[in-house]
Amino acid sequence: MSNQTPTRESRVSRTAAMALMFLLAIYFLLPLYFLIVAATKPQGDLASTFGLTFSHFDLFTNLSTLFTRSDGIFGRWALNSVIYAVLGAAVGTLISALCGYALAKFKFRGREFLFSVILGGVLVPTTALALPLFLLFSATGIVNTYLAVFLPSIVSPFGVYLARIFTAAAVPEEILESARLDGAGEFRTFFSVALKLLTPSLVTIFLFQFVAIWNNFFLPMVMLQKESLFPITLGLYQWNGQTARAPLLQESVITGSLVSIVPVIILFILLQRFWRTGLASGSIK
Amino acid sequence: MTDTATRATRVVATPGGRSRHNGGGPRAGTIAAFLIPFFLPFVLFYLVPIAYAIWQSFLVVRRTGGQYGTSYTTFGGFEQYVQVFQNTEFWNSIGRIGLFGIVQVPVMLFIALIIALLLDTPLLKLKAFFRIAAFMPYAVPGVIAAIMWSFLYSPQLSPLVDLLKAIGLQPDFLGPGAVLWSAANVSTWLWTGYNMLIMFSALQAIPQELYEAAKLDGASNWAIAWRIKVPIIAPSIILTTVFSIIGTLQLYAEPAVLRQISSNISSTFTPNMLAYAVASGNNYQQAAAISVVIAVITFVLSFGFMRLTSKRAGL
Repeated sequence: MSNQTPTRESRVSRTAAMALMFLLAIYFLLPLYFLIVAATKPQGDLASTFGLTFSHFDLFTNLSTLFTRSDGIFGRWALNSVIYAVLGAAVGTLISALCGYALAKFKFRGREFLFSVILGGVLVPTTALALPLFLLFSATGIVNTYLAVFLPSIVSPFGVYLARIFTAAAVPEEILESARLDGAGEFRTFFSVALKLLTPSLVTIFLFQFVAIWNNFFLPMVMLQKESLFPITLGLYQWNGQTARAPLLQESVITGSLVSIVPVIILFILLQRFWRTGLASGSIK
Repeated sequence: MTDTATRATRVVATPGGRSRHNGGGPRAGTIAAFLIPFFLPFVLFYLVPIAYAIWQSFLVVRRTGGQYGTSYTTFGGFEQYVQVFQNTEFWNSIGRIGLFGIVQVPVMLFIALIIALLLDTPLLKLKAFFRIAAFMPYAVPGVIAAIMWSFLYSPQLSPLVDLLKAIGLQPDFLGPGAVLWSAANVSTWLWTGYNMLIMFSALQAIPQELYEAAKLDGASNWAIAWRIKVPIIAPSIILTTVFSIIGTLQLYAEPAVLRQISSNISSTFTPNMLAYAVASGNNYQQAAAISVVIAVITFVLSFGFMRLTSKRAGL
């Protein structure tokens, strides 16, 4: 009896599991598939043809319309997003790593207090910060500049939290000791020894911060009026709001949405190995 | 900052300065050099705005001599907070977001947990594909996700509406009763995979030997999943719950986009939308008070949830 039931049970549950996962996969992928199909259609076919099947393949026309509309403002937005996200995440990862490393490896008074302040920072909703930041920045005159979006983006309390955990897990005390015995200063030790051991973790922190900045919308919306400074998210949001008056914008909103997603998806697939190991070590406390 | 640095000097500095034995360590100046690049912007762009918002929330703008007199700003005590709590739109937005969170967060985390558990069993094939499929939406900005779904909700463009009509239904995703759940669906779509991945990573860290004994005792896959795996990854489930609570209270982009196509979303639909609307009306002190209240509620809920669950798990 006990020899037969498990196999039958497992065959049933195997089929059920696969069916459930296929349904969920359709749920997750269908909107993306719809977007791809819609981005290849001429505006006129959007409403008149079925959304999940291709009609005329006009992707390249749509792309050229997208990038030439309003003197090529979309290209500017894309460039802005890249600047905010790449620079912001790079600087943010470096300062998070320095801080997290110090919190993991140096013993000093107030260390746990500083760490709890940072953890408290993780819990603070960033949208609640945006309005007071706007008031402070307008007092100093950097509202409506690149800095207004860039500067707050480099701060990632979650990045420091991860950097501390990763350092504790990946940088053994003995290696640091031997570097110090060889006469290397703390910075030298950090940059030439610890950073190498931390590289996979730093890629993870960079990725998370990159996505957070790339996806950010509320902060730029509060800070920026000048269209030429907008990131993609804010630009497309603005276009989307105009589609009622200018229906021809709809195709550009769709094609633009696709363009804004593709680089991040490629980045994810290329760097899969990193975020997977990163998340795994992040979950071990 | 300096305070910490000087205190650190006092404690850390040992005779010989850079000796690393018996509680020695790098000099306070070196430690500070590691910490300051993060803490300086953290203080400027996190702590100072919080302090500034709190300060602003205690101010009121008054006028001398009636409606056309000159205005001046003065200390108003809790006046702004009284106004926030008397504002029905504020309570409506809190009620909406509360309803949203009570339904959306458990549904999303339950789906995430099921996927994580299935990916961790030998039952499933094509695991890499399913994992990436679920995680893919995380790469999509909230605004873009909402724009995509708004096309899927719109009666003119949506293939979903076409399909549902073909089987005789008349869906109205943007109607007054449905629009909150249409927004909830966007959040669920966006974040399930992210939460799943955190849980899945925790599952993978469990040593396989733990299951051997249970299997020898004849425990089914279900029993192993619910009685062994879920309790072990409880910390990750708590973490994802806390992040979801924070995310729910911050909700802005998704309803703001749906508002562009649905008249059933007001400009004060969520607390954050209300704060933004009030700030746009130049009432910064009131907007600051709303922001402070949102932050306090977030903090109390997420911190309270962590305390509650860790106590239960710890005892």
